[in-house]
Amino acid sequence: MSAAATTDAFLERAPQLLRDAVTGFLPEPWRWIVNGIIAIAVILAVFGLLFAFLTLAERKILGRVQNRPGPNRAPTPTLPFLKFLGKIRTYGLAQPFADGVKALTKEDVVPRDADKLLHFLAPVALLAFSILTFAVIPYGRHLVPLELDAAVLYFFAAGASTELAVFMAGWASRNKYSLLAAMRALAQLISYELPLLLSWVPVVMLAGTLSTTGIVEAQAGWKWGFIPHWHVLTPWGFCGFVIFMVSALAESNRSPFDLPEAESELIAGHLTEYSGFKYALFFMAEYFGMIALSGMAITLFLGGWRAPLPFLEFVPSYAWFAVKLITLLLGFIWIRATFPRLRMDQLTRFAWKFLVPLALINLGTTTVWSLMAGSTALQIARWPICLALVVVPFVVIGRTLSAGVAPRTYRYAAS
Amino acid sequence: MLGTGLIQGLAVTAKNLVGSFHDPARYTTVEYPEVKQKLPEAYRNFPFLVAENAEDPMGTLRCVACLICEKECPPQCIYIVRERDAKGKVVTRPKVFDIDISVCMSCQICVEVCPFDAIKMDQEFEIATASRFDALLLKKEDLAKPNTYYHQIHPKEAAEVDAILAEQKAKAAATKAEAASKSEAAKATKPASATTPSPAAPRAEAPKPPPAA
Repeated sequence: MSAAATTDAFLERAPQLLRDAVTGFLPEPWRWIVNGIIAIAVILAVFGLLFAFLTLAERKILGRVQNRPGPNRAPTPTLPFLKFLGKIRTYGLAQPFADGVKALTKEDVVPRDADKLLHFLAPVALLAFSILTFAVIPYGRHLVPLELDAAVLYFFAAGASTELAVFMAGWASRNKYSLLAAMRALAQLISYELPLLLSWVPVVMLAGTLSTTGIVEAQAGWKWGFIPHWHVLTPWGFCGFVIFMVSALAESNRSPFDLPEAESELIAGHLTEYSGFKYALFFMAEYFGMIALSGMAITLFLGGWRAPLPFLEFVPSYAWFAVKLITLLLGFIWIRATFPRLRMDQLTRFAWKFLVPLALINLGTTTVWSLMAGSTALQIARWPICLALVVVPFVVIGRTLSAGVAPRTYRYAAS
Repeated sequence: MLGTGLIQGLAVTAKNLVGSFHDPARYTTVEYPEVKQKLPEAYRNFPFLVAENAEDPMGTLRCVACLICEKECPPQCIYIVRERDAKGKVVTRPKVFDIDISVCMSCQICVEVCPFDAIKMDQEFEIATASRFDALLLKKEDLAKPNTYYHQIHPKEAAEVDAILAEQKAKAAATKAEAASKSEAAKATKPASATTPSPAAPRAEAPKPPPAA
């Protein structure tokens, strides 16, 4: 199947065709505006639903990992004309909507001494910044909401702004736990911003562009006809991908880096004084952040919307993006189900002493990789060299840092 | 190697995730209102009154209203009024038998002191009510449950009790027959002074220890 045929396949173009059927008759400036509004609405609807069912999937998977069923009882609402059906449980699929209704109908408590305006603005700003990041991710071959030349820069600028909102929430609550947690969160988010940014610099170096479409384009083609040219399949790309995902975990406040919400120490962190729908907004923003960072990881390292094998290219590109996205999100959930929370000093030490040096070394590895692209002999030789450049620092830095600490021996635990 | 512990941990959770779908040893949840686990035989909570016949529980209560349980009950949650016949003579049947289960502490002392095996411990635990008063005061009608039910919830204990009761009945019949033949003999010699023993007397003569728990 030729590339042109794939590009023009009906399913591939279906979203555009559908949109043009709606907006095609409009005069030009209006058409542009309406197209934009449709894109926004689709993003909000798709990722809103994804968020809803992701919370359900997370609770069910966490339940299964802990050998219990998870939420499976929320019934569909009984409509008057469907009374005869009774309550249908549908394996808990109605749970997210029940949760939404609960959040909406809860009392919204604002502390008396809180900064009312900031207290209100914090969740709104957090959600707004999280949603902004969705604009530049290429979801499919023809599905890029916003083509920017500096899309990656825009993405991480918008993503970093969420830190402001977190601190806003902590400060405005006028609660010692909130404030402490917000400062912690700031320390954590800024610490992990650095490895996060350093991990994708090699991608930009090699692709030579900051545009997300350009980066996906740079991962096109097949080695020997079946191995995709994804960045994750190179030594530096794999290293960058792992650093990126670890930092993404920390950036989205996910376990094992969920220190800002360490219940045993800080009640609920910066969320302590939030209730009802504002709390739900924070929750939503956290998941949106997670989804957006996963989408960016896919774009930067996992070949974007590209199929993993040539003969699978008949599947529309947005389906591949969805598959990759859901895989990464399930990975996030798996990690949450497994690892205990880090301590604050362990957290920052891990970022500054381990991830940042590795990311910096990875820049050098990438340079070596790109300089050795000249001849076939060099291209073969760069594999062991770059692998060594990734593995040796990993082992050396890891050994040095864990000297005297790990591996732990537990005197009373059964081994 | 650095990081292998993390992978081991991920493997453990993955095993649990997959195992919970096919391995009953990993997935032990019983979804309660729909599925009910069989209670262990030794489980007990509140007392009930044993009736011989399921069709006519009020007529065939084993209880003879002797008031022993009422007197022994430590929190005094049992209230009994004896039945009297038209002449005002006490009949061996309770007129009122109430147990306040909001007071009952499930000590089983009433069961242990009952010489007639008339009161036993129930396993009914779904007793939540919307009212604090009436619904928690169980009347004779609520308490009476047939012997077959007793066999269902405590099969071993109920079989023992039945055996003992049958033995006592046989003994009583034998005593009665003996007494009858004696009185026959006495009647033959002295016809005017024959007395028949009360039906409850031989049972009360032989109070048996409660079956070992």
